[in-house]
Amino acid sequence: MTSFWSIWVIVLTLACLALILGLLLWNLKNYVGVKEGESCGHEFDGIEEINNPLPKWWTYMFFATFVWAVYYLAAYPGLGNWQGLAKWTSSNQGVTSLAESKKATEEALANGEKVQLDQEIIAAEERFGPIFEAYAKQDIETLAKDEKALEIGQRLFAQNCAQCHGSDARGGTGFPNLTDDDWLYGGTPDKIKETLLQGRVAAMPPWKDALGEQGVKEMTAYVLSLSGRKVNQKDAEAGKAKFAMCAACHGMDGKGSVAHNLPFGAPNLTDNIWLYGGSQRAVEETLNHGRAGVMPAWKDILGEDKVHLLTAYVYSLSQNKQ
Amino acid sequence: MSQTVASQTEYNYKVVRQFAIMTVIWGIVGMGVGVLIAAQLAWPALNFDTPWLTYSRLRPLHTNAVIFAFGTSALFATSYYVVQRTCQTRLFSDKLAAFTFWGWQAIIVSAAITLPLGITSSKEYAELEWPIDIAIAVVWVSYAVVFFGTLIKRKVSHIYVANWFYAGFIITVAILHIVNSMAVPVSLTKSYSIYAGAVDAMVQWWYGHNAVGFLLTAGFLGMMYYFVPKQAGRPVYSYRLSVVHFWALVSLYIWAGPHHLHYTALPDWTQSLGMVMSVILFVPSWGGMINGIMTLSGAWHKLRTDPVLRFLVVSLSFYGMSTFEGPMMAIKSVNALSHYTDWTVGHVHSGALGWVAMISIGAIYHLIPALFGHGNMYSVKLVNTHFWLHTVGVVLYIVAMWISGVMQGLMWRAVNADGTLMYSFVQSLEASKPFYIMRFLGGVFIVVGMLVMAYNVLRTVTAKSGSLATDANAQMA
Repeated sequence: MTSFWSIWVIVLTLACLALILGLLLWNLKNYVGVKEGESCGHEFDGIEEINNPLPKWWTYMFFATFVWAVYYLAAYPGLGNWQGLAKWTSSNQGVTSLAESKKATEEALANGEKVQLDQEIIAAEERFGPIFEAYAKQDIETLAKDEKALEIGQRLFAQNCAQCHGSDARGGTGFPNLTDDDWLYGGTPDKIKETLLQGRVAAMPPWKDALGEQGVKEMTAYVLSLSGRKVNQKDAEAGKAKFAMCAACHGMDGKGSVAHNLPFGAPNLTDNIWLYGGSQRAVEETLNHGRAGVMPAWKDILGEDKVHLLTAYVYSLSQNKQ
Repeated sequence: MSQTVASQTEYNYKVVRQFAIMTVIWGIVGMGVGVLIAAQLAWPALNFDTPWLTYSRLRPLHTNAVIFAFGTSALFATSYYVVQRTCQTRLFSDKLAAFTFWGWQAIIVSAAITLPLGITSSKEYAELEWPIDIAIAVVWVSYAVVFFGTLIKRKVSHIYVANWFYAGFIITVAILHIVNSMAVPVSLTKSYSIYAGAVDAMVQWWYGHNAVGFLLTAGFLGMMYYFVPKQAGRPVYSYRLSVVHFWALVSLYIWAGPHHLHYTALPDWTQSLGMVMSVILFVPSWGGMINGIMTLSGAWHKLRTDPVLRFLVVSLSFYGMSTFEGPMMAIKSVNALSHYTDWTVGHVHSGALGWVAMISIGAIYHLIPALFGHGNMYSVKLVNTHFWLHTVGVVLYIVAMWISGVMQGLMWRAVNADGTLMYSFVQSLEASKPFYIMRFLGGVFIVVGMLVMAYNVLRTVTAKSGSLATDANAQMA
């Protein structure tokens, strides 16, 4: 805020409070011209007004709120650019990235400013940090069998992951099911942890222009045939001839990037698990318009220790299958 | 005590009658929709998978109908009545007054059509799209011309306190509406606000809170200052108290909006300033309650026999309660618990159903016989029945929302020993369900009360002139 607007705010605020205070003081006196308790002398449709004094307890309450207001505006931000004697702010204002936020946190600590959000985070880290630190020292296979660890992992999942993957982790259209053995980036503890820490960005390009309407229809037939679906054989043959363009990510056999040790997150097309739907129409749409899958990176949001525990929980989901 | 100089024929009662009747009708519609959406929160299937019956479209219809159709019709009716009687002169312009009635009804009808269709600016309490916004501005300015024109040609030297409040409400609502609704139209049914980001949020809640402060508070205080002393047959308790609390109320309310945006992207200084002004505001708010309730000094016994007075006085108690609760909720640390919970909904309804609706209903019960040439309502007993139905309904509603709101706030902040949240959002919803049903029942009581009122009003309006004698126990002025 420029100093002009700061002064503007301060003057308006103080003037408003001063006028109200003046009004209150003025009305403590009897200026009406008749004795207190008598009618003021005007009459409106039969209604008269009595010149009673302001109730004392009410007046005291009014003064008390003024005293409190002056204290509050001196101690906390409120009067324009005035920072307040308590040096308090709710959070680092105006930051636009995690890096800026970290820098602002360090600066505020060095200057002895009370940034409430930072302080709450520090307090929570001190209190809860050691719990997750201890779990982070154990390996994921062990944690996946530790009931207490899984209980905490489940809560972390419910708060951070369930929005997309569902509270039962079975996913939905566009969001993978985490309880089966089908993995886009690998289902080993290390791979899952990598996915959680770094996030993933998957891109299926749109093929509408390259393949044309007929081409998309043929490719759809071939893709559906890979998982044993009944299709028009002629279309499927034509699609197969062009499958080389898909093989770069899905592999020549269509078994997906994990099977070929590739990092693209391209699904296995030969099973009957469909991330964006397995109907002819859904596959056509995928081919026509492409798909963009985003898994956020949790490293800076949750920290590595929590991600470690969360990995164990997610890993356990596909291990308990009988 | 009636020493009216002008006889009834010199006043324009036609427009008052029209608005008074529509108050009852819109009350039933608005509250009825409220009951439906309350039921949907408990039993979501009640939207029947029909887009225009969904909660998201009917909720703005409910708020618009109760605030701008029911509440504002009551304000039009009473302000036109009060300004004539306390200035002892006829309305400035009959034609313009008739225009405000038909214009306002057309606006309400267009709201009732566009909102269920999903046409909305998405600004809370200002959802109507730009062509309707322009119509509102035109009708409102005409209202101001009629009201202030009447004040100017008054035959008494002073301006009565009720008219200060009506005047403050009319001017401020015009400014709020015009500033907040500024938008760039892209089609007949869609526009975008000219404000962006935190500024948009601040302008919206500057408007939103002052819709409460000026429309739902100042306007209805104007109503209170006429109908309470009139119905009680007592003088106003303290002239000087009314001077202090009027000026303090109008100058403090305008700052209070930021308390709707605590812990958001709004700068800290704005939040604090809004909180400070909101807390001070508690005192002048109670000034109005004290002045109303103390006006009953020497007339307390009338409460035993006059259900109309009971409506008016209980409304003041709810006014006192919500204006204590509001400033408390504006304090940041209390707000951290109450914000986004049903507590807010309970607070709003203790103001809306307890204060606004009860004072309006009381005023209408006073007005109807006076406007249609009767000594009293068709049945005072039914007025009493309505009073109890309404009171029980409001109490059920508020208590349900208090419990459910505080419970939600506590559940959302509860953490396990490892720092993870103890409850998911869905669990807090499950826990709220019994209270949603209780709130729905409260709403049913209120709507049944309104139907009783409609029957009583119908019988009074259609009764032969002079056939309803004055009840000695419930004097009408």
